[in-house]
Order: sequence, then C-alpha cells, then structure tokens
Amino acid sequence: MLSDRDRIFTNLYGFEDWTLEGARSRGQWDGTKAVLEKGPEAIIKIMKDSGLRGRGGAGFPTGLKWSFMPKEVKDRPHYLVINADESEPGTCKDRDIMRHDPHLLVEGCLIASFAMHVHVCYIYVRGEFIRERERLHAAIDQAYEARLIGKNNVHGWDFDCYVHHGAGAYICGEETALLESLEGKKGQPRLKPPFPANVGVYGCPTTVNNVESIAVVPEILRRGAGWFAGIGRPNNTGTKIFCISGHVHKPCNVEEAMSIPLRELVERHAGGVRGGWDNLMAVIPGGSSMPVLPKEIADTILMDFDSLVAVKSGLGTAAIVVMDKTTDIIKAFARLAYFYKHESCGQCTPCREGCGWMWRVLTRMQRGDAETSEIDLLQQVTKQIEGHTICAFGEGASWPVQGFLRHFRPEIERRIAARSGMIAAQAAE
Amino acid sequence: MSLRRLHPRQPSVFAFTPENKSWAEKEILKYPPGRQASAVIALLWRGQEQEGWVSKPMIEEIALFLGMPYIRVLEVATFYTMFNLAPVGRHLVQVCTTTPCWLAGSDNVVAACKKHIAPGPETISADGVFSWMEVECLGACVNAPMMQIGKDFYEDLDAPKTETIFAALRRGEQPKPGPQNTRHSSEPIGGAITLMDVPRHD
Repeated sequence: MLSDRDRIFTNLYGFEDWTLEGARSRGQWDGTKAVLEKGPEAIIKIMKDSGLRGRGGAGFPTGLKWSFMPKEVKDRPHYLVINADESEPGTCKDRDIMRHDPHLLVEGCLIASFAMHVHVCYIYVRGEFIRERERLHAAIDQAYEARLIGKNNVHGWDFDCYVHHGAGAYICGEETALLESLEGKKGQPRLKPPFPANVGVYGCPTTVNNVESIAVVPEILRRGAGWFAGIGRPNNTGTKIFCISGHVHKPCNVEEAMSIPLRELVERHAGGVRGGWDNLMAVIPGGSSMPVLPKEIADTILMDFDSLVAVKSGLGTAAIVVMDKTTDIIKAFARLAYFYKHESCGQCTPCREGCGWMWRVLTRMQRGDAETSEIDLLQQVTKQIEGHTICAFGEGASWPVQGFLRHFRPEIERRIAARSGMIAAQAAE
Repeated sequence: MSLRRLHPRQPSVFAFTPENKSWAEKEILKYPPGRQASAVIALLWRGQEQEGWVSKPMIEEIALFLGMPYIRVLEVATFYTMFNLAPVGRHLVQVCTTTPCWLAGSDNVVAACKKHIAPGPETISADGVFSWMEVECLGACVNAPMMQIGKDFYEDLDAPKTETIFAALRRGEQPKPGPQNTRHSSEPIGGAITLMDVPRHD
C-alpha cells in the first residue's frame, strides 16, 4: 500500500482544515517561490521527467503539453484553463480536491501559469458543483488576501485566478467545447487543428489541464521528478486518485500508486465485491467511456494506462464501477447509452443520431425484443460513429458498447432466445 | 441531445434586483474587455436563482446587458440542461440515475419522489413545495445513490432516508447535506484506512 508519506492529497476526505492555514500546516504553499526561481524551462523539464500523464482521461504527458505553448508572449496573452467539469460517470475525484484540498489546485495554477508565461487562469467548474465552487472561490480569496497570487504578489509573478462555471453539459469536459463555453457559447467542440496551444480561448494560446493534473504539480516540484517517477511503472508513474463505486462493500475515493492491481485496490480499499470476488461479473475500469472488463481480466489486471490499453480498455479517469453477478448488465449499458444520447452536443450527425439509435436498440435488447442479427448491426453502428466525429465523444459513446458486445454478447443472445422461446410457448398454448 | 423549448406562458418583464445587477456588473470584469459574453452562463444562473426559472424576458434582458444577439443567449439557455425553462417547485429535487447510481439503488430514490412529490417528473407537487427530475451523473458516484436539492448534495441514500429529507423540507427545516449514513465524505464506510499519518509542517 502507498505510504501516507507519499500521498499528495493529505485532506482527500476533508477531516482536516481546508483553509490556507490548514493547507500550510500540511506543507502546501511551502517554498513556492523557490520552485518558481528554477525558471519555466526547468519546471517543464521536471514535469516531463516526472512522467506525469494527464489525469482527465486521455493520459497525455503534462510536461509535453506545456511545452507546446509559445516560448514567449507576443501579440496575444497566454491563458491557462483548468478543466473542473468533472462529469464522467463513476468519477468524483476533482470534487474532493476542490472542496477539501483547494489550495493544492490554486498553487498548481500559479506554478503552471508561470511555466507557460500565463497571467490569467480560469477554472471551469461544472455547474452542479455549487458548494465546491464556493469553497474554491473562498480558497482563491484567501490566496489573494495573503498575496500569494494577484498583482504584485510575494512570488513576483502577477497572476489572476477566476472561477467560471458551466450549467450541466458533459460535453464541456471536452477541451475545445469547454473553451467555447468559456467564451459564452454553446459547448460544441471545435475542429483541431488549430490546437488550443495556438488558438484557444479568445483566439489566444491556451493550455487546458485537468484539476488533478495541476493539483499534483506543486508536490512534484517540491519533492522532485525522481520521487514521482519512482511510484508505479515506467510510462505509468505517480500516484492517482481512484474512485471505486458500484457493487462493493465500501465505495470510496483513495489515492494509490499507479499500476496497483485492480483486485488489490477493490479488496483493500473498497471492502471487496459484494458477495465475494467470485461474485464479480464486470468492471468498468476508467469511467463510463472505457470498455468494460469481465472477471477473467479483472482478476489480474494492473490499473494503469498501458496495461488497460493492452486489454482494449483504458485508465480514463480511473473511476472503477464494479458490477456483481446480480446485475442486469444489458440494462446497465442501455442506461449508459442513454447518458450519451442525452449528452451528445448534436453537432455531428453520426453521434447525434447514432447515440439515440444505440440507446433504442440496447433498450429493446434488454427486453430480448431484438433479432440476433441486430447484435452485429449494433457493432457496425458503433464503428460508424467512432472516428467520424469532430471530438472524442464519438469514441466515448461507442467504446462502452463495443466492450460490452466483446465480452457479454452471449448474455444478449440468451435474452433474445428466452423471449422468443416464451413467445413460442405462448403461441403453442 | 435533449430537445428544449421555451415555456408557452411567459412573464411580460424581467429585471435583476439591484444587488444582482451590481453583482453582474462585477462579474463581467473577470473577462477581458469586449469578452463580457463569457459571463452569460453565470448571469442566466443568477437570473434563475432569482426567479426559479429562465424566461424569455430574462434572456432578452441578459442579451441586452451583455451586448449579445438574443439568439446567442437563447442558444445557451436551451443547450445547458441546468437552466429550467419552466417553473419548478420551491425545492427542485434532481435524482442521479446514471449507471453508478442505478447500480447502488437510485430506483428507490425515484420511487420516493413519485410517492412524496408527484407521480411524474417535472411536475410541481400539490403543495407547490417540490418538483423532481432525473438527471445525468452528478459526480458523487462513491456516495451513490444521491440527489441534489438546491445547492446541496444528499448522498448515500435509500428510500426511507430520502423520505425523511423530504419530510424535513416540508416542515421548513434544512436537513444536513452530504452522506446520510455515518460517513463524513468519500472515505470508506466505517472509517478511513489511509491518511492516518499526515506529515505536519510548522
């Protein structure tokens, strides 16, 4: 088990004081000026060396992303935008950071902004997190008050940080949709290129980072790249907040070492699967967009980017949804398909029409009211959505269905056969 | 996508209260000059807090205030699902029913809503106190099932706990938000097994 000494989020559960005073007593805002004195180039180098991969779902190396920003500010100011639009079903980690350890995020924003020559940062919080954004706002006010941020602050880098909020659109977690929303428009993703590092918010160079990615930055810079890189496996380094929900005895969030075995994570921290490990049917390992895994794979899988990709799934947001053998798994995925139908922004036809279509077919399959040939048709439709849309929502909506069909096709066939058998029996009477 | 249209019956006028108006004038200063449209979601939200729902005159007033074409604000109001385009109960109950909450028993929470508020969603209860609706993942999955009432999350629910919360609100009380069992927040039930040895700095 990860030692408490190696945990970054020391107030994950909110038992401690979240305010500036409390944060300082846990080592936050300590030596921030010394960190900035290393200079932007050195900070980016340390971030690269730490191996930190973005915690928002895609796993893109954070230091590399920072290095894409122009090296000097010309006619357009640079912006940092924090993606706190946490909405991936199963995921509730950024919420805990914002309400319990907000100063880690604010400090991270300052350091990241300095490294990318940014003076203004917006934190885009999902609309439903009202208490969380109030807390974050209070933390930012405390930092201003103590002159840790703001004009002429003690760190010598002018920096303004603002909380912005959405109003209930999952798609605004997609970085270009988020930027559109930040500009006061509908959250419909932009075509890339141009990438945000060149043309982001207000047409200016912008980097969008997840809350957790930024909140771990101060500790990495305080303790060194080697410390972070020494946890987990190569290319999958550091600590990670896992969210474990569904059919476990003790659902919880926990910060653990990357590459921890899934079974150990569930049994040690979440009290095990309801009815014992053998009662496990399936696990979604990384938030609802990541393909589901059956028990055979869940038995031995390690929770990191590379090992999950190797079994055609992904770490995503590291939100683990556990389903035991009592689950109506077709209904579980029909409900997820409804989520994607509801949240599609409507811009691209394959996604707008396809998500509704997948939901309707899965809803019929849940009742067994389908033809066996429609299973292949459903698979085909997922392939017609995937890769044919402006943003990755198409993949996010298709992958869960593909994973479901890959591992649980016999369940659909059984249900179709059961219903047709029932109809035949009724006809015979 | 969800299809959302303005309500057929609209009030004739909308005006921000003086406090909200001065708040709105400060809000646009968060954004660079000429980029005040960025505040549109925040202003619509403040308008909804004031009136309970988003009306056509409100959209027009905010468009005027921000120097935006009316259609751009209408687009925003119909795109984002947290904007109520019709009147709601004094307490709007939003039940998460996405898969993680459904696995943990959100059907029981919905049943409690049907029993105590109205048989169907988006219907104001007979006493005008409540209306309820199903929403997509609210981001408290390790405390499932859960619902949001106003600004607060009520977590770790079951049918009796949900009914207790409704009864308290009907009596005009403010039930304690957060987990409705023995948990403090997102730690495992029965107590955290990590973060027992947090290093201290003076």
